[in-house]
Amino acid sequence: MVVGKVPGMEMTATAEQLNRAFAALADPTRRDIVARLAEGDATVGDLAEPHDMTVQAISKHVHVLEEAGLVSRTRDAQRRPCHLEAEVFDFMTGWIERYRRQAEERFRRLDDVLERLEETTEKQEGAAS
Amino acid sequence: MTLAKHETEILADPDLPTIKIVRDFDARPEQVFRAWIDPDLFSQWIGPRSIETRVDTWDARTGGSWRYTAIRDGEEVASFFGSFHEVRPGERLVQTFTWEGAPDGVSLDTVTFIDLGDGRTRIEELSVVESMETRDAILQSGMDTGVIEGYEKLDELLSRTA
Repeated sequence: MVVGKVPGMEMTATAEQLNRAFAALADPTRRDIVARLAEGDATVGDLAEPHDMTVQAISKHVHVLEEAGLVSRTRDAQRRPCHLEAEVFDFMTGWIERYRRQAEERFRRLDDVLERLEETTEKQEGAAS
Repeated sequence: MTLAKHETEILADPDLPTIKIVRDFDARPEQVFRAWIDPDLFSQWIGPRSIETRVDTWDARTGGSWRYTAIRDGEEVASFFGSFHEVRPGERLVQTFTWEGAPDGVSLDTVTFIDLGDGRTRIEELSVVESMETRDAILQSGMDTGVIEGYEKLDELLSRTA
């Protein structure tokens, strides 16, 4: 999984990867799978158990998560357990945090505007009385 | 690095194409509302620092319309337009929002001004778009139209995997 090691990467590749990751997580079953894998590796059979779904259906969901780089599976092991790629999530958190910071910066400018507004109002009120 | 007095919170619903932003301000609802509908005040805070906002049309009444242009180093970089669907002073502002670069897209933005007492106000801004894909694209664009945050379940998960 390369997304976690961004420095030299093309921005477009990163953006595409994020698009896929977010699209993959838009599905509630896949979010459940991810939540389950956060507790530890599991086979497709394990993952299917709590769901009213066939192993094949779960396998398809796991495949989408694999394509998005969120989950990996060992090639050689017989049970092929699924493993959560935690660093991708670290990268996504960073990205959401950046967006949040933009909003916060905007609102700090609004704080300043409101502070000036308060001063003006006080002056006007002072002049009126 | 100082700690923020008020933290902006962003919530992206896991199942609906919405973005909710919550933020508190040290001002009365009427004042915060005014900063939203007075074009001179609005243009002072809406754009990123490197951008100047030029208000082209501004009729802040229920049923009125608005348009503004973002200017960087004297060059127009983006224009946005929409309508003031409802202007309810000090309480609620409902607007449509379109970036002219994506003319088929439209967001319905509702800002609620909640009086917290002691001259403080909480704003809750809810944006609704047409699909999850559009919502995520907005979140990822770094466009400063709305604001964000991640899937609630993902948040939980992230704190566990961090």
